[in-house]
Amino acid sequence: MQWVDTVIQGVLLGGLYALFATGLSLIFGVMRLVNIAHGDLIVVASFAALAVAEGFGMHPLITLLAVVPLMFGLGYVLQRGILNLTLGKDILPPLLVTFGLSIIIQNGLLEVFTADSQKLKAGAIETMSLQIFGGISVGVLPVITFVAAVLVIAGLQLLFFRTMLGSAFRATSDDPDTARLMGIDNRHVFALAMAVSLAVVALAGVLLGVRTNFDPSIGPGRLLYAFEAVIIGGLGSLWGTLAGGVILGVAQSIGARIDPGLQILAGHIAFLIILIVRPRGLFPRAVD
Amino acid sequence: MTDRKTKSGAPTISRRRALQVGAGVVGAAAASTVSAPAVLAATKKIRIGHVSPRTGPLAPFAVADTFAIGQVREKYKNGLKIGNETYEVEIISKDSQSNPNRAAEVAADLILKDKVNIMCVGNTPETTNPVGDQCEANDVPCVSSLAPWQPWFFTRGGKPGQGFKWTYHFFWGLEDIIGVFLNMWDSLDTNKQVAGLFPNDGDGNAWGDKKLGLPPALAKRGYTVTDPGRYQNLSDDFSAQIAAFKKANCEIVTGVVIPPDFTTFWKQARQQGFRPKAASVGKAILFPTSVEALGKDGHNLSSEVWWTPSHPFKSSMTGQSCAELAAAFEASTKRQWSQPVGFAHALFEVVFDVLGRTKDVGSNESILEAIVKTKMDTIVGPVDWTKGGPFKNVSKTPLVGGQWRFVDKKHKYDLVIVNNKTAPNIPVGGKMEPLG
Repeated sequence: MQWVDTVIQGVLLGGLYALFATGLSLIFGVMRLVNIAHGDLIVVASFAALAVAEGFGMHPLITLLAVVPLMFGLGYVLQRGILNLTLGKDILPPLLVTFGLSIIIQNGLLEVFTADSQKLKAGAIETMSLQIFGGISVGVLPVITFVAAVLVIAGLQLLFFRTMLGSAFRATSDDPDTARLMGIDNRHVFALAMAVSLAVVALAGVLLGVRTNFDPSIGPGRLLYAFEAVIIGGLGSLWGTLAGGVILGVAQSIGARIDPGLQILAGHIAFLIILIVRPRGLFPRAVD
Repeated sequence: MTDRKTKSGAPTISRRRALQVGAGVVGAAAASTVSAPAVLAATKKIRIGHVSPRTGPLAPFAVADTFAIGQVREKYKNGLKIGNETYEVEIISKDSQSNPNRAAEVAADLILKDKVNIMCVGNTPETTNPVGDQCEANDVPCVSSLAPWQPWFFTRGGKPGQGFKWTYHFFWGLEDIIGVFLNMWDSLDTNKQVAGLFPNDGDGNAWGDKKLGLPPALAKRGYTVTDPGRYQNLSDDFSAQIAAFKKANCEIVTGVVIPPDFTTFWKQARQQGFRPKAASVGKAILFPTSVEALGKDGHNLSSEVWWTPSHPFKSSMTGQSCAELAAAFEASTKRQWSQPVGFAHALFEVVFDVLGRTKDVGSNESILEAIVKTKMDTIVGPVDWTKGGPFKNVSKTPLVGGQWRFVDKKHKYDLVIVNNKTAPNIPVGGKMEPLG
């Protein structure tokens, strides 16, 4: 029974990792851009939610109404104003620019919000739990996080395969030059992709802020798991990213169950095994 | 141009020599620009070096430093009188960016470029140790605090009989924290089963050590520690630990946990039905903001207490009581007081007491002589290096135990002293209460 509990907690943890990773997966899929500042942008969203929640006395989950559009706009401006200029044959410039961005964001947040540890206070929901079978209890918040991850990925999947915008995303991803010949403005499409990515980041940031403390320096720590989830799942595949997050979460939980010192290591080992067995991840999208 | 001339004109001079000459010229130029105003100034100057983690994860500590430096600059704006001479006081504070390598670098800068007469430093071994090592290497006197003395002494390779020459430290030690925790738990009715949360970092390994850490010390007083093993900091999941603690029926939680991890642990413990009677942890709940992050769930968490506004001490520099100092801090920074406020102030109290007793401020040896003879009362209690504390170079300050109480008034939480067995001169403000 305890192992069942371990796996369930691991799956729920995987939901959080998947949520961290989805935005990263999305922009990599569309424009092959590796966003090193992704973790810091999650923290930006947490701080934005904090400012809105304290400024207007709102419940943190309601601040999503403001933070999601805000981050969407920020994503558009960021891509259009800076990152588009770095895209090209060489993958190094965007990497370096986002790396610099990561440092700028951390220090900017430090100036504005100080180094104090902050948290979004969501009241009773933080510690509420559900009794499921066999005396196992799961937290309401982790369940919400997992469900949110599934819904976000399902929604993005619809966006990608059922809408005009999705076709444009896929077309630019497959062959940017031909897409431009067909009248698609790459700069605009890339900016929209980053905007959608940051909208997901906003959700991740708010849920992270409700779950635990954050301060300006914790972003990079969140980036690693997001990367691993993306790569386990296969580059560019959204459902794969969810699977990657869950595999990572379950591997960590099982590792921790054996010995807490193995928690992080077990995740990395699972990641390495998958890289060896399936170098392109579980569900890679076509041939790149 | 001069460089090339040297090289081509005198082929016997090696490249290294040429570089040394070049560096010497540049160094001399820099030194002359620095010392020019000093020559013009009528009074002599004392330079005090200070290293502080103003950015990065340790930044919450530095808030108290900024306030303390402001107070000192105000107090000595007309100079410091030593004997018959008045000296201009310059405090040069540099940012360590919470990085030990950077701390060593700026300390070297302060010593070699700014030519400080004395160094002072605090805020965790990550800051005190590299700065202390630089001072030791360059023969500059250094006063430090805000780091338990064992990691300060032993990690730097201190030998019990020998100690250090230039570096002196005042704070409490791990033996005090163990004593305080045990006294607090003894006052509750528990099954003496303790849950231990020790991360895989310097503090976690020291606290959790099977031979020298908490487990053997607690065993002596009849407590059993369940230690599932070292985990990585910034963990998102503590289910495994919680399951182990539930299985062992633990009623007490202890450990040395960073704030985000403690929040994750505490929330998950509630979600998964683990409700201990006491939780005494180091690091995680030092600052009031970290406790506030727990909402109402922070009520009655307990920790070691080094300084509060109700401590019965007085500043030797400003004459302020502890309560007055805390009030001044709150008025100036608009934040609730925290424990480092007292120690950041005391650090400068010691520095100025030492300088006031120094015979020849220009000589590092003479300043050191004054440090060794330090015996004074500060806002954090007596500092005395004459009797050789646990070791030469170390003077211990008192430690008591306290609980955070949710009051939701001007401050969301108040830190109330609940056990003073280790230092009866510090008054208690209430009784130890079990967690709800």
